Amino acid sequence: MADLSVQIHDLHLKNPVTTASGTFAYGEEFIDFIDVNKLGGIFVKGLTLENREGNPYPRMAETSSGMLNSVGLQNKGIDHFVNVIYPRIKHFDTHIIPNVNGFTIEDYVKVTEKLNELEDIKAIELNISCPNVKEGGMAFGIKRTSAVAATTAVRKACKKTLIVKLSPNVTDIADMARAVVDAGADAVSLVNTFLGMAIDAGKRKPVLATVTGGLSGPAIKPIALRMVWEVYKAVSVPVIGIGGIMNATDAIEFMLAGATAIQVGTANFIDPRVSVQIVDGINDYLEKNNFTSVHQLIGALET
Amino acid sequence: MKRIEDFTVIGHHWLNYENFLIELEAPEELPDIRAGNFAEVLLKNSPGTFLRRPFSIFEVDKEKNSLTFYIKVIGKGTRYLGKLRKGEKLNIIYPLGNAFSNPYHDKVLMVGGGSGIAPFVLLGRQLREKGIRMTFLFGGREKDNILMTERFEEFGKVFVTTEDGSVGEKGLVTQHSILAKRPLEYGMIYTCGPDPMMKAIAHIAKQHQIPCEVSLENTMACGIGACLCCIVETNTGNKCVCTDGPVFNVNDLTWQT
Repeated sequence: MADLSVQIHDLHLKNPVTTASGTFAYGEEFIDFIDVNKLGGIFVKGLTLENREGNPYPRMAETSSGMLNSVGLQNKGIDHFVNVIYPRIKHFDTHIIPNVNGFTIEDYVKVTEKLNELEDIKAIELNISCPNVKEGGMAFGIKRTSAVAATTAVRKACKKTLIVKLSPNVTDIADMARAVVDAGADAVSLVNTFLGMAIDAGKRKPVLATVTGGLSGPAIKPIALRMVWEVYKAVSVPVIGIGGIMNATDAIEFMLAGATAIQVGTANFIDPRVSVQIVDGINDYLEKNNFTSVHQLIGALET
Repeated sequence: MKRIEDFTVIGHHWLNYENFLIELEAPEELPDIRAGNFAEVLLKNSPGTFLRRPFSIFEVDKEKNSLTFYIKVIGKGTRYLGKLRKGEKLNIIYPLGNAFSNPYHDKVLMVGGGSGIAPFVLLGRQLREKGIRMTFLFGGREKDNILMTERFEEFGKVFVTTEDGSVGEKGLVTQHSILAKRPLEYGMIYTCGPDPMMKAIAHIAKQHQIPCEVSLENTMACGIGACLCCIVETNTGNKCVCTDGPVFNVNDLTWQT
């Protein structure tokens, strides 16, 4: 067995494979299929200060090699997470990493402060890139000034490792990564979904109730891979790669491009076992190529 | 407990040009499956599809250790399933979702439209064991949409409506004489089919204060409550059709009926 462990600032992961927020619920939904304790971490469903019902149905459209969603951060709010969900999942032998959302900077800070109290939470992911809410969300992540303002405020409030999740819907993602790192991010994760849309030609109507939504799946992988590579070269903090990872080979490609860890997202919907299969697949790759540690892969792309 | 397994196609039978039955053998002994449960089917080599497809479980054969699905071709995924041959494998996540509840009354009505009749074979068998008397009312646009009525005759009387009058009474299921004249005979109504039909049935049920359960078929991605895409609005907030449903009591939904 090769050494699969990686370090994201103060966060020690037993392996680089984690699951993306919004694709793995709170982990419990997957225990019939896999041992979730084998994962490096679970980025749980996005949290907001208050209960949110999310967007109207239909919220999903299948696309060529991917899907659009406009769930809109449906969740029962931070207090429900702290009081009900956290006690149920904190015993998992993997890192639970909350995904923090807000509509104002005060929201972000309040959610972050409540998470500070949870002993078994070692890191949070600041989501300034959700494309499916009207105010807040991606609005913070697509402008340099607001991305910096949100990161600065949360950094001040946050006692844990702070990961900032970047939107790909920007002109220069490397510049955005540098900006949030300068504002105090301990790591960056990228990419969130690409803003897209689907049309029903027969009905001459949009498929999604919100008209636009976030595109994910293998359709976005080449762009995500390029963005991870650009960001890896631009910042000195760990990068977590996300975007259409369906198998171990995809995960390895992201690590070669510079990712220290990866998030498996949409693939969880196709096969609920895939995240753990990717852990095993990375180990097989390392052994086959006589690598002793997964670190030998990170940024090892020969150009 | 939910399972993910590779099933083998052991039967494939076209009912007409757009509807077929596909029978799949399980690799392990089947778990208990209740009427209303569904499965998420992976279309591994189907070009142009990405997500699994949810289908109601039509039939369970404990002796053959098989599940049968009643499928209507509506797109790329169902067309792919229509072309599968015996011996091919299909990866399935099952059994998913909740189930129809037992009636508070010894006489019930099941109203189905198109492939919405799919869950009623299992429900018929389940209720027969409890001595419940059942009536079936199936509707479609034309004769070709009314299939397998004989499968239900062992459980109770079957009535039919078609919009063009090619078989049964002419009109919509809601206009059928058994509903129009004697709705109060039934202590419970179960319905599955197109949304407008279910809403019309729900309206009649509410008018006569008859308990009514609907089985929804919202588009979904995961089928296990992770993606939150298949939601329906209820009196207590948005619920996932895949895990809180697919069966809902109409009184819990915010449907304007």
